[in-house]
Amino acid sequence: MALDSKIPKGPIKDKWTDYKNHIDLVNPANKRNIDVIIVGTGLAGGSAAATLAELGYNVKAFCFQDSPRRAHSIAAQGGINAAKNYQGDGDSTYRLFYDTVKGGDYRSREANVYRLAEVSANIIDQCVAQGVPFAREYGGLLDNRSFGGVLVSRTFYAAGQTGQQLLLGAYSAMNRQIGRGKIKMYNRHEMLDVVKVDGKARGIITRNLITGEVERHSAHAVVLGTGGYGNVFFLSTNAMGSNVTAAWKAHKRGAYFANPCYTQIHPTCIPVSGDHQSKLTLMSESLRNDGRIWVPKHMKDVEAIRNKTLQPKDIKEEDRDYYLERRYPAFGNLVPRDVASRAAKERCDAGFGVNATGEAVFLDFASAIQRYGKETAHVKGLNENDAALVKKLGQEVIKNKYGNLFQMYEKIVDQDPYNTPMMIYPAVHYTMGGVWVDYNLMTTVPGLYCIGEANFSDHGANRLGASALMQGLADGYFVLPYTIGDYLSDDIRTGPISTDSKEFEDAEKEVKKTLDFFVTNKGSHSVDYFHKKLGKIMWNKVGMARNVKGLTEAISEIKELRAEFWKDVKVPGTNEEYNEELAKAGRVADFLELGELFAKDALNREESCGGHFREDAVELDGEQKGEAKRDDENFAYVAAWEYKGEPSDAVLHKEELEFKDIELKQRSYK
Amino acid sequence: MNLTLKIWRQKNASDKGKMVDYKVTDISPDMSFLEMLDVLNEQLINKDEEPVAFDHDCREGICGMCSLYINGEAHGPDRGVTTCQLHMRMFKDGDTITIEPFRATAFPVVKDLIVDRTSFDRIQHAGGFISVNTSGNTIDANTIPINKHDADTAFDSATCIGCGACVASCKNSSAMLFVGAKVSQFALLPQGQIEATDRVLNMVKQMDDEGFGNCTNTGACEVECPKGISLKNIARMNSEYLKASLKG
Repeated sequence: MALDSKIPKGPIKDKWTDYKNHIDLVNPANKRNIDVIIVGTGLAGGSAAATLAELGYNVKAFCFQDSPRRAHSIAAQGGINAAKNYQGDGDSTYRLFYDTVKGGDYRSREANVYRLAEVSANIIDQCVAQGVPFAREYGGLLDNRSFGGVLVSRTFYAAGQTGQQLLLGAYSAMNRQIGRGKIKMYNRHEMLDVVKVDGKARGIITRNLITGEVERHSAHAVVLGTGGYGNVFFLSTNAMGSNVTAAWKAHKRGAYFANPCYTQIHPTCIPVSGDHQSKLTLMSESLRNDGRIWVPKHMKDVEAIRNKTLQPKDIKEEDRDYYLERRYPAFGNLVPRDVASRAAKERCDAGFGVNATGEAVFLDFASAIQRYGKETAHVKGLNENDAALVKKLGQEVIKNKYGNLFQMYEKIVDQDPYNTPMMIYPAVHYTMGGVWVDYNLMTTVPGLYCIGEANFSDHGANRLGASALMQGLADGYFVLPYTIGDYLSDDIRTGPISTDSKEFEDAEKEVKKTLDFFVTNKGSHSVDYFHKKLGKIMWNKVGMARNVKGLTEAISEIKELRAEFWKDVKVPGTNEEYNEELAKAGRVADFLELGELFAKDALNREESCGGHFREDAVELDGEQKGEAKRDDENFAYVAAWEYKGEPSDAVLHKEELEFKDIELKQRSYK
Repeated sequence: MNLTLKIWRQKNASDKGKMVDYKVTDISPDMSFLEMLDVLNEQLINKDEEPVAFDHDCREGICGMCSLYINGEAHGPDRGVTTCQLHMRMFKDGDTITIEPFRATAFPVVKDLIVDRTSFDRIQHAGGFISVNTSGNTIDANTIPINKHDADTAFDSATCIGCGACVASCKNSSAMLFVGAKVSQFALLPQGQIEATDRVLNMVKQMDDEGFGNCTNTGACEVECPKGISLKNIARMNSEYLKASLKG
């Protein structure tokens, strides 16, 4: 099947408006007769559920957590972008569009990104109207901060808990609709298959995680807002339950999976401390506004720090290598995430890592504390030369901005970041790949939509900070509610969809067969045993740096591991009860397939791009010497994979990316 | 570290349940409490026994899913943390640790250490929102200026993670800290004023219907709250409730 992105014609700034003016609408009286299923209730799914219910559709929403409020969007820290230009520093829709396309290494779809930039300002208005308590200035107006990869302050925030507040906003909008009976909420339910009738998505099969009951649910359209698949690495910043199952089942039912190898490696995470570790914790990128990143210049100092014979704060200024400020003077510590991550890895690979394992760099707030302390003392008319007072005042400012992050760090690492620099290292964070969607956010399966992190469209090969929250809410509040209406307008005479059809019966049987297999298989290893093994292969060979040999090995190792899993996995308990091991088994089974496609996609992409660094694609000379080398001539396309049984048989379809409004050029942050 | 764990095991909501002893060895002080339980569960699975069911998800202190009652305290002995942020360095080699579910009528046990906290959701369905259309056609955000102090105070209330530690710590199983925080967030913002009367009346009624107890100002909730939600929220809710009752 040829890919049709359905990008509207006309100038980019008019595309969305023209599109909205010409789509088919559903009469309000008819919306009452149309059911929509939404899977996942984070920023994208939650806001979509609330808005579709508000419009009058009957919404059934599903999440695997005990409440929609626990969706992992809640953990996003730093902020949400919007081209409001409240600061008057030159921001505009075009500039947000430009920064996002450039920051994504020119691998996102122009039309989608422009629309995202266009609706971004509405998101802030909407959230404020809903009572989201964004940070304010003393005059009562909204405050902004700056994020990596941009030169303006366009990020709105609520301390270091922006995701939490935005999610609670969407959750409260959902609650209003649940209270009105317009959303029927299914907590602790996991989607295990999509059901197609006459080629269209008409429902899903779910498992009630408490009773084990397998259920059929029908609707006129199905929307997936199920987040990313970073947990394929086992260790990541994702929540433990985050998984690829819904997206992967959709893929198996005909939805193409795009750019699976595009993973964001976030530069500021708490380093791994040992083999026992179950997950990694992010420290918001907003910290890079005030924190300076460095490692010692001299090997003897590195060793002394590792032996704990020297405190980092005792290393003299001239003996520190502020490598981001050195290499990228224009952006300094605020370079995009992929650039910052690679630079940290480069220093650690060269032996300058500062913790026991050699995989950490410093994020230092000492100079910000000094600067803010002096400023506050000056404002209050106090003695600017009183070192203790300046430090105290400066620490208070830092506490107001990042208090919760500092507290999180201290609890995990047992060190006080107000007095000693934090240690950070890159970790798997966000996945830019996902289910392929057209401009309408519809997958290659008619009636099956995919929004937020679960789709691929807006971030390209690298996601700039504070743009994930923006996409989730844009898709859910403002884009999907229009585009889905265009599709559903053909369904006003369809009537309720029966769940008694053969298609539902077959899908249910298949789901039950797999569940039965797991609880009866007499294997010898736990689910986590396989998941950890998969994670190691992924990190070592499909992680930050990749080469042909490693990727080829990874593909065959994952295949072997998958075979072993199906032979030897052990799942205690039964299906008719709460059984977390059983739920995990299904998710890891899907990760074992996705992992292989992920490596296959990485092998295909013979260029360095975003977080994906091919060791043989590097700039050899000029100003960009040593930086990642993109290949626009051969790889300016979206790799959309069609399922054909085994991941190794997946067929590649290319959506050529057209850049009409932004010139493709080398990314420079120098 | 080597530890003895006394853990509440209960097959399902109707099972009677009992405490069972387990031993774990080689626990590192850098592990989180939940990672220690992962070690126990891996051990149980390898012995063909059923792992202990407990709730957890983000493991960075923000989703509010984890919920254990450890040595008689919600989220254990450390202050200002959830169970996933509690680290084993808070314990000593040879310690015996008692682990129970949050116990409250309105939080029925699902299995082992997992309880059902959907009563919190239902309280919010009754009024935990501002009735605004989600169309995006609202007024520009900066035309609703909010005093920084009010915005910060509303934010402090809004940081409640809905974990239920307040209920678990309260001798009356009261949900007043949780509901107070929700009512306060909207009471402090101009957008929330118009429906303030209905909101507080409906939420309090739902809270009572769910079987939560009353507040007797003991303050245990505030002490055990991982997010430092203060008792002032309860006072604010009471005053909002009084105002609303007088309005009728």
